[in-house]
Amino acid sequence: MAADARRPDPLKSGIEFSGAEVRALQQDDFSSPAMLWVTRGEKLWSEPAGKSEKSCASCHQDARASMKGVSAKYPKVDPGTAKLTNIEGRINQCRTQHQQAAPLRYDSDELLGLTAYVGLQSRGMPVNVAIDTQNRSNFERGRDMFYTRMGQMNLACTHCHDRNFGRKLLNDTISQGHGNPYPVYRLEWQTMGSLHRRLRACFFGVRAELPPAGSPDLLDLELFLAWRSQGLTVETPGVRK
Amino acid sequence: MKRWIGGLIVAAVVAACAAPGGGLPYQMSGGEIRQPLASGVPDAERGRKILVSREANCILCHAVPETGERFFGNLAPPLSGVGKRSTAAQMRARLVDPLAFNAESIMPAYYRVEGLHRVAEPLRGKPVLSAEQIEDVIAYLLTLQ
Repeated sequence: MAADARRPDPLKSGIEFSGAEVRALQQDDFSSPAMLWVTRGEKLWSEPAGKSEKSCASCHQDARASMKGVSAKYPKVDPGTAKLTNIEGRINQCRTQHQQAAPLRYDSDELLGLTAYVGLQSRGMPVNVAIDTQNRSNFERGRDMFYTRMGQMNLACTHCHDRNFGRKLLNDTISQGHGNPYPVYRLEWQTMGSLHRRLRACFFGVRAELPPAGSPDLLDLELFLAWRSQGLTVETPGVRK
Repeated sequence: MKRWIGGLIVAAVVAACAAPGGGLPYQMSGGEIRQPLASGVPDAERGRKILVSREANCILCHAVPETGERFFGNLAPPLSGVGKRSTAAQMRARLVDPLAFNAESIMPAYYRVEGLHRVAEPLRGKPVLSAEQIEDVIAYLLTLQ
């Protein structure tokens, strides 16, 4: 059953559990492979798309100003649809509604690029989601998922990421499972990937059903993780092993 | 401490369970399953291979240097000497349903299939290891003296 929500103590970003090489890659924008996606996102920001022939910049102007601090507050309930939405979802909402363009595929280079570029504008700022009447039921579902055993391996997120961070699962050091560096360039993937892709890898590991990327299950979990990582700063775009 | 006592009470209850996948039914009593789950002759070398396989994933958490592998996790106690510390009947009970001993255990149940949630569709109703594989693993663990 669901336990009371709590944060790991002491709160540590996954980068603190990473090796020196991974830390060096993340800390140096000139050598970070994740910056290739940021560059792509920056370019896309000003490219017209869809029937409207508008670009992101047509409405939002300079992302360095307009997107500052935005991703630190996501996922958020969208006032129009009353649904929980993350940055990926918000970008696709802009594409379909305002640009009249096709939505970008989850984990496509384009969506990862734009998400990373928007996320970069919050780098170094505190993760800052508020739990209120609008998102409380999402938060509670995400929390319950975090503490509920699942899959053939019968493990909950909490078993590794609250009680065993810092220990070794084979030769990988277990982190606290925060979303603050996403999207990340993951050496294991040899590409950039979303938080939802990473969450699906854990579902796969415990041999559970895989919720699709962008699904309500993973959005609720993303919200709980954001609440749980408050006290950390946004690290987008991160690098992980 | 309270949890530990709770675990003992659970383990003390005699539980008879139908085995998954058409294997033999098993009975847990006093923290033991005395009857082997399968009738064949167990093989320690097959057990070693199962122990280090991706299927069982024992070494993700347990160090077992005797297997000859290079990498081991440290989420759970090393298994060196487990053959001295435990009997086959105790090992069998631990492998079948570790949560009967400790409700907070992070060890998967290798043979119990009831009470699991969101299991990937192709694996539903199937134990992690077959009855024969459990007996092979026990045969290997008994060699760790």
